[in-house]
Order: sequence, then structure tokens, then C-alpha cells
Amino acid sequence: MAKNIYEKIWGAHIVHEDGDAALLYIDRHFVHEVTSPQAFEGLRLANRRVRRPELTYATMDHNIPTTGRGMPIKDPLSKKQVEVMEQNCADFEVELFNVDDRRNGIVHVIGPELGLTQPGFTIVCGDSHTSTHGAFGALAFGIGTSEVEHVLATQTLSQRASKTMEIRVNGTLATGITAKDIILAIVGKIGTAGGTGYVIEFTGEAIRALSMEGRMTVCNMTIEAGARAGLISPDEKTLAYLKGREFLPKDTSWDDLCARWSAFASDEGCAYDRLVELDASAIEPQVTWGTSPGMVTGVTGKTPVLKDISDSSMRAATEKALGYMDLGEGVAMEEVRINKMFVGSCTNGRIEDLRAASALAKGYTVSESLDQALIVPGSQEVKQQAEQEGLDAIFKAAGFEWREPGCSMCLAMNDDYLNPGDRCASTSNRNFEGRQGKGGRTHLVSPAMAVAAAINGHFTDIRNWKFN
Amino acid sequence: MNPFTTLKGIVAPLDQPNVDTDQIIPKQFLKRVGRSGYEDALFFDWRVLDDGKTLNPDFALNEPRYQGASILLARENFGCGSSREHAPWALDNYGFRCIIAPSYADIFYGNCFNNGMLPIALSDAVVDDLFKATLANAGYELTVDLPAQTITQPDGSALSFEIDAFLKERLINGLDQIGLTLRHEEKITAFEKAAQG
Ligand code: SF4
Repeated sequence: MAKNIYEKIWGAHIVHEDGDAALLYIDRHFVHEVTSPQAFEGLRLANRRVRRPELTYATMDHNIPTTGRGMPIKDPLSKKQVEVMEQNCADFEVELFNVDDRRNGIVHVIGPELGLTQPGFTIVCGDSHTSTHGAFGALAFGIGTSEVEHVLATQTLSQRASKTMEIRVNGTLATGITAKDIILAIVGKIGTAGGTGYVIEFTGEAIRALSMEGRMTVCNMTIEAGARAGLISPDEKTLAYLKGREFLPKDTSWDDLCARWSAFASDEGCAYDRLVELDASAIEPQVTWGTSPGMVTGVTGKTPVLKDISDSSMRAATEKALGYMDLGEGVAMEEVRINKMFVGSCTNGRIEDLRAASALAKGYTVSESLDQALIVPGSQEVKQQAEQEGLDAIFKAAGFEWREPGCSMCLAMNDDYLNPGDRCASTSNRNFEGRQGKGGRTHLVSPAMAVAAAINGHFTDIRNWKFN
Repeated sequence: MNPFTTLKGIVAPLDQPNVDTDQIIPKQFLKRVGRSGYEDALFFDWRVLDDGKTLNPDFALNEPRYQGASILLARENFGCGSSREHAPWALDNYGFRCIIAPSYADIFYGNCFNNGMLPIALSDAVVDDLFKATLANAGYELTVDLPAQTITQPDGSALSFEIDAFLKERLINGLDQIGLTLRHEEKITAFEKAAQG
């Protein structure tokens, strides 16, 4: 019988089954400094060890400064967390890509870069954006700290089968429209709880046409639609991206790996529990106006008008969001002015994102109304690649700050944050109240849209951009 | 893990859909390395005014009538966003042992069970009625009986709720999931051998 990719990966990882619950074997476990200390402590208290340390990899990303490396971390709590991570990795023999390692970066950026992310894998991490790795045809999802401890101790996880949803994006994107716009449009369409209980497979011409970077952006934000995971069947692009990566298995030939991986792709004619279709050509550059990723519109759109919303709880939520965002009803998005900009994060901190951003920035300068415009590469590798291509020079010449890799202003645990009342065009994934700093207002956009807004001081339809 | 069987407690209302874990516990509290002491961090940006000290008098949890509450009444898609288990820790540390809402985000829902907390899902209409009753009656209490899968209102009328049999069993007995899984140790080893072979 024809199977979809989720059914195949699930079936290949069952250690023990009990009704619709299963104990799944976990192929790859990523850990970072914020959600793991309590898990390692739990192991210590129970006198347990890490069952397969060689399947677990650690990085520092959430809490670290993006200004010069090697300087002591000022915040004593952040410093402690980093030291605890170092100690835990040493004690439990887990490989750590520490801040000074050339392979350091945001966990969801480095996994694929290093070839640690592979098709057909089950991948978990104490981080909701683990869904990113689904771009490679892996079943990847975020877990809580108790589950981190469980995976460390047993290399398995108890799971209930999810329903499956196919999101088919037909047709071709207009020029300048990116993966970020696709996923924001999807979240806008199905809602932030639209995917609850489902694993989503993205299919269709427009998804196939995306680069691996773009596919990662799409899968990254499936959690913003509430889905357990999002994935894309592997194809030639997947294989081409992975070829030669550092951590691929050494004992299997490339051809055998390709055959093994490709077998996980969904079969022709397989079934899903639900189908959602979108027309790529209808997607315009997206901008969020509210405090949830589903509160989104096209750049030529306006903020909602309350009396047009019939559902009372929706109306109340909209009113509250507009209040927090300090936006009126029916305001054109292109009139909304910003004073901060952030390009980076596991959603849009990859080389392709920086290339797109620099293409718009070339020959322009950041608007005087901007107080800060940060470019934060997702990893050391991305940073080095960008510097080789001279992208950093373009950004600096235009007045953007070029930083060291890390999560940075995506969640603002380090020194990069919004002040109350700041309004930011951000390429990250969450516009929740206070996400980028208490009282800060976040508008989610693509890298190109962020840079255009920084240059003009307000949101701008990049489809009319004059490139230098 | 503490077992959960029955609970009689004051209900506190949080009348908002899509409450995300960034709201339940803001990022500045994620720098700690322990599992306890997060009670002051709960809903910090809503509960505490901008000076970082004064309690916000307009936030429901700060009202005298809801002090000592152990049941949180919430709206749909509660706990969406980040996977941070600090969210259930903060709720638990504050004193909430049970949440009642129409729906939950996936990761948060699982995290509750791993901390001996019971998230109950009821229909929108029933949750709506509970909100009305909570607001109308100071000191409104409910009795949650997990083995019987019922919630008893002060007038003696009972609502029933659904819960997965395995999760129920775990909560009632306070079973540690790692311990349960390690009963399948031989199967895990066999799986690893087969994968290598
Ligand atoms: S970049 Fe943002 S979303 Fe991604 S892992 Fe870091 S904090 Fe989480």
C-alpha cells in the first residue's frame, strides 16, 4: 500500500507498540544550554548515564552574546548556564560545539550544515523549532526537558501517532516572494492551532522549487501552525545539499545512502487525513500586524477593522493585539514605521537569506529613523561564507551591524533586545507579546522585506524595489 | 513524580485564547538551571507592573478572591509556542495542579503530564459556563476526580472529561516515564542490534 513519509519513518522506528502509542527510537538528539540543565541533573540524581552519547550533539546558541567572541559573558546567570552546559557535556561525553568552535551556531542551522540531519531520521531537541530539520525528510520535533532526559537515558521517546495533513502549494511564486511568505501565508490561512494533532507534509510545485534553505524556513514555522512536525520528502536537492557534509556515515557508500534516504519519500498516491491547497502565485510579501504569527496580511494589506469581525472572541483577541502593537484599525501596512530591524534566527539566518538581504541593501543606507539594524548569521559557517562573498561589507557600508552567530534578538535572552515601545521588522518566527523584549513590537517578515523596511523606515513592497 | 488523584481547589480564570509559553514564563527566567522556584516568574509581564515589583491590580490572578487557586481556567490553544518546560514548572510552583481549557498546544500538553499536572480539555460551551460560574461566585471551587474522570461543581452536579488511559494511569500512580520505558530495555537493545546489522 502506498505510504506517506510520516508513516514510513514512524514504522521504521518502533521499538515497542501499545495501541496507537509507540516507543520510537531516536536517531539524533540535539541539546542546547537553556532546556537541558535540568535533564542532565535528573540523570545525575537517578544515577543514569547517556545511553548513546554519540547520537547526541550540543551547541550554545540561545544565551550567548553576538558581540565579540571570547569576551566573558557579563550576565552571571547566562554565564552559569554556559558553564553548566560545558560541564554536562564533559561529564556525559556529549560532543559540544562551543562558542569558539568553527561549527558553532543555532542548533537548527548547524544540524543540516554538518550533515547531522539526515532523511528518514527521527530527530528531537528541547526546542519547538526542531521542526526545521523536517526539510530533509526527517521526522523532527520539539520536546520538553523531561523528554530530553528521557531521550538521553533511553534513546527513545513515547509518542502517539499523529494525523497527517498534506499542504500542497501549487504554481510558482512571483519574483521576490520567499519561503517565509509561503509559511506566513499558510499560518494565516489555517491558524496557529490549525495543525494541532497533525504532522504536515509540504508538497507541490512551489515547495519543490524551493532551495533547501527555503524548505528549512517553511518547516521551521510549522510549529507556529501548532503541528507536531512538518516535513518535505527528500529529492535530488536534498541529496545535493548533503553530499560531502562532515557527519555523514563513513561506512556506507554515497550511492547506498542516497538509495536509503530516497526510499523514505512519500509514495505516489499515498493518503493523508487532510489536504490544504494554496496557490503560490497569489502570495504577496507577508507582514504580521499582531501578536501571533497567524495575525498576518500582505504588504499591500491593512490592519483589521473590528466591526468586520463577527466572532466575538476573535474580535477581542484582535483588539488586544492591536492595542499591544499600538496600531489603529484599517491602517495600511506600508505606512507602519519601524525603529529596529533584525535579520537572523533559525528561520532566516542562512546564507541564502543573507544573500537576499544584501541584494536589497547594496548601494542604500539604513534610514535615519532606525535606532538599530542587526544582521546575525545563523552559524559560524554562514558567517564565514557571507564574509567570503563580501556580504558583510555591503551590510556595513549600508549601516547595518554585522554580528557573531546566535539566537540573538529572536528571543532576546542575551543583550540584543527591544525596549518598550520599539517596533521591529524581524525575520524570526514569533511576534508574541514581549518575545523580543518587554513591551517591544515585532513584525515578522522575510529578510528582503526586513532590509527594505530598514532602508525606507517603513514597510515597503519589495516587488517594486530598485536594485543597485 | 507526585501522583494526581483528586483535587479540590479554587478556580482562577485567564480569559484569553492562545496564551503562549512566552507569556506563561518570559525568557529572562529561562537562565536558571533548576526546576523549582519559578512561582514568581509565572505570567510575569502580565502579573507585575513595569517597575518589576508592583503587582498589576488588573490581572485576574492578583485579585484576592483567586489567592490559593489550584485550578486554572483558560481558553483554547493554551500553552502554544516554545517547548519550554519552565511553563508547567512555573504553573506548578505557583500552585496550579490542574488546568481546564478547550484545547492545548501539543508540547505543553505532554509537558504537564511529565510534571504530574492534569490538563483537562472540555468543550468551548462548557468552558464558557465555567468562566461564568467562576466570575459570578467568589471562592468558586471545583473538585476534580481523575480516577472517576469527573469535575464536581459546588451544587453537586458533575461534568465528565476524557483522558487517554495510559496518561491517566501514569498520573494516578505518579509513574516516572523513564522507569516505564526501561522495562523495554531488551527491546531497545534488540532494535539497536538490528539497526547495526
Ligand atoms: S533562533 Fe529563535 S526560534 Fe530559533 S532556536 Fe534560537 S531562539 Fe529558538
